[in-house]
Amino acid sequence: MSDFFTATVLLATLASGIRLATPFLLAALGETLGQKSGVLNLGVEGVMLLGAYGAYYATLRTDSVLIGIGVGVLVGAFMGVVYGVVTLALKAEQGISGIGIFIFGLGISDLLFQKQVGTPTPIDGLGHFSIPVLGDLPLIGEALFQQNVLVYVAFLLVPALWFVINRTTFGLNVKAVGETPEAADSLGVSVDRTRYITIIVGNAMAGLAGAALALELAIFQQNLTNGHGFIAIALVYFGAWRPSGVMAGALVFGLIQAMVLQWKTLGIVVGTTASIVGMFPAVLTILVLVVVSRGTGAPAALTRPFERGH
Amino acid sequence: MIKTIQTLTRKSWLAGLVVLALVAAACGDDDEGRDPDAPIRIAMVGPSASNDLAFTQSMVDSLDRLGQEHDIEVDITDGTFVIEDAAVAIRGYAEDGFDIVLAHGSQFGGSLSEIAPDYPDTYFAWGTSADTFGLENVYSYSVKADQGGYINGVMAGHLTESNIVGVVGPIEVGDIKAYIDGFANGVKSVDSAITVNINYIDSFSDVALAAEAAQAHVDAGADVLTGVSQMTVGATGVANDHGVIWFGSQSDQTPLGEDIVVASQIYNWDYQLGEIVDDLLAGVKNGRVITADFNNGGLSMAYNPGFALPSAVRAAADETEAGIRDGSISTGYE
Repeated sequence: MSDFFTATVLLATLASGIRLATPFLLAALGETLGQKSGVLNLGVEGVMLLGAYGAYYATLRTDSVLIGIGVGVLVGAFMGVVYGVVTLALKAEQGISGIGIFIFGLGISDLLFQKQVGTPTPIDGLGHFSIPVLGDLPLIGEALFQQNVLVYVAFLLVPALWFVINRTTFGLNVKAVGETPEAADSLGVSVDRTRYITIIVGNAMAGLAGAALALELAIFQQNLTNGHGFIAIALVYFGAWRPSGVMAGALVFGLIQAMVLQWKTLGIVVGTTASIVGMFPAVLTILVLVVVSRGTGAPAALTRPFERGH
Repeated sequence: MIKTIQTLTRKSWLAGLVVLALVAAACGDDDEGRDPDAPIRIAMVGPSASNDLAFTQSMVDSLDRLGQEHDIEVDITDGTFVIEDAAVAIRGYAEDGFDIVLAHGSQFGGSLSEIAPDYPDTYFAWGTSADTFGLENVYSYSVKADQGGYINGVMAGHLTESNIVGVVGPIEVGDIKAYIDGFANGVKSVDSAITVNINYIDSFSDVALAAEAAQAHVDAGADVLTGVSQMTVGATGVANDHGVIWFGSQSDQTPLGEDIVVASQIYNWDYQLGEIVDDLLAGVKNGRVITADFNNGGLSMAYNPGFALPSAVRAAADETEAGIRDGSISTGYE
């Protein structure tokens, strides 16, 4: 165990945990926005897959990660429009619709990959960007400030989203729509319009999360996200619908994963013990969901469709 | 000679199979034996993508080659990482009258043990495993993956300069464990002082985790990496980023890193498929374990022509392969 408690290994673990946390954080922040307005989207995983494939394929064809990121976001936003129409215009049940979006994303991303690419082909993904001055700091510089650009974007979105939700009229509308849509409607707030915006922005962030994953890994493969979207949804509950809480959850999840990987690599845990330790992130998430989140209220109108007069 | 290979994504496919199974069951299909002039109908259920450059693709490639020797019709359901989905597909294929149904994944054994007794006329094969459940119509296939692992390990032992080698594995079972243990023993046969760090990430499909495991190895000083299963595409990405050399297994992984992939052990399931087809054509069911190795052609090495492998290292690899073939070298894997 003493091998683990060295500056080099601890900082490598920190850097790894931040990288692992980034896709979770982006997707969970988007889902937080949607849920604050009363819309649950279980299709985050599918949207992430589509965003990941879109970003990967665009980068493969254009050699531009910027275009890749843009495509990932646009694909996510488009899926947001689809989900908005299904749940808001057509009043479909949100849980089932989300599962439908997930299955659609899983199938279509794989189908497109098979038809358009075939064999997994590496791309030039997101390189590491060293923030001037900060990146040169001793010890923590490399771990914290020499990451890929979407890592910085993800963590900057935390205060940005907090500000939007808590300090803007739009944010207040979002909360009002998520808590008591009838009251918000009576005060002239368009419930559907507000929810369309949160769904589209939230899905765009899920698409960005998929892009972050594919461009960091510099490859695409069937079911690349491997459950990231579902964990992101759990992290919204983990974080009690607060951007800072969601960030804390994503970091805890990522850091524990990274720590377990380091322990295994260094031979600190082996065999059955390693497998048991490997369950830590999932077990911790469940424990926090049960213990910490208890008593923290979800938006009162979460999953509840709104119809004026009903 | 007709050969048809169809790769279907599983969702639409499974729905169709369920319908077919129900219709067939309702009609009470009578077995009239197979027409010897008809193509051999082979179905395969694979856990990952048909082009994963790993386990599933190795069987797809073997079926492709089998089609050059026999008149076969192939249907594939890939991406069945959910075992229950695979079970539906396996039963559906059997119900649909396929001659041979391949459950290509050791995780499918439980399902197959329940399904196979219901279809005694169907030839089932699954692997990697050494269990036929005592059924005549069940064949299991395995590979001595430790052999190629050992050869890769010998080369890795010669090529490492940091004397630290990293392994990214999925789950410590079957041919995965055989390959990794063989690899580690191969490295140690060159220099027992070389450190071999082994990291099982407990997932066949978590590409992101595989990438971070590879990064952890690099952070620990590894300058040679290897790994097994479809998730290794994440690890090869890290290897590419850091210019760390890579050894592959199951399929030729050169496309994942033309500058860093040294060699890959290839699973050629042709041998096992040939044995099962021979039994089918002879009209006998002799369920048994069929094991592939370098001597029967079930395993082979593919070297990346784009990698400048020192001739002395290549010679060491060739000598090791020859020694494994004639039994003078043991991989140390039991």
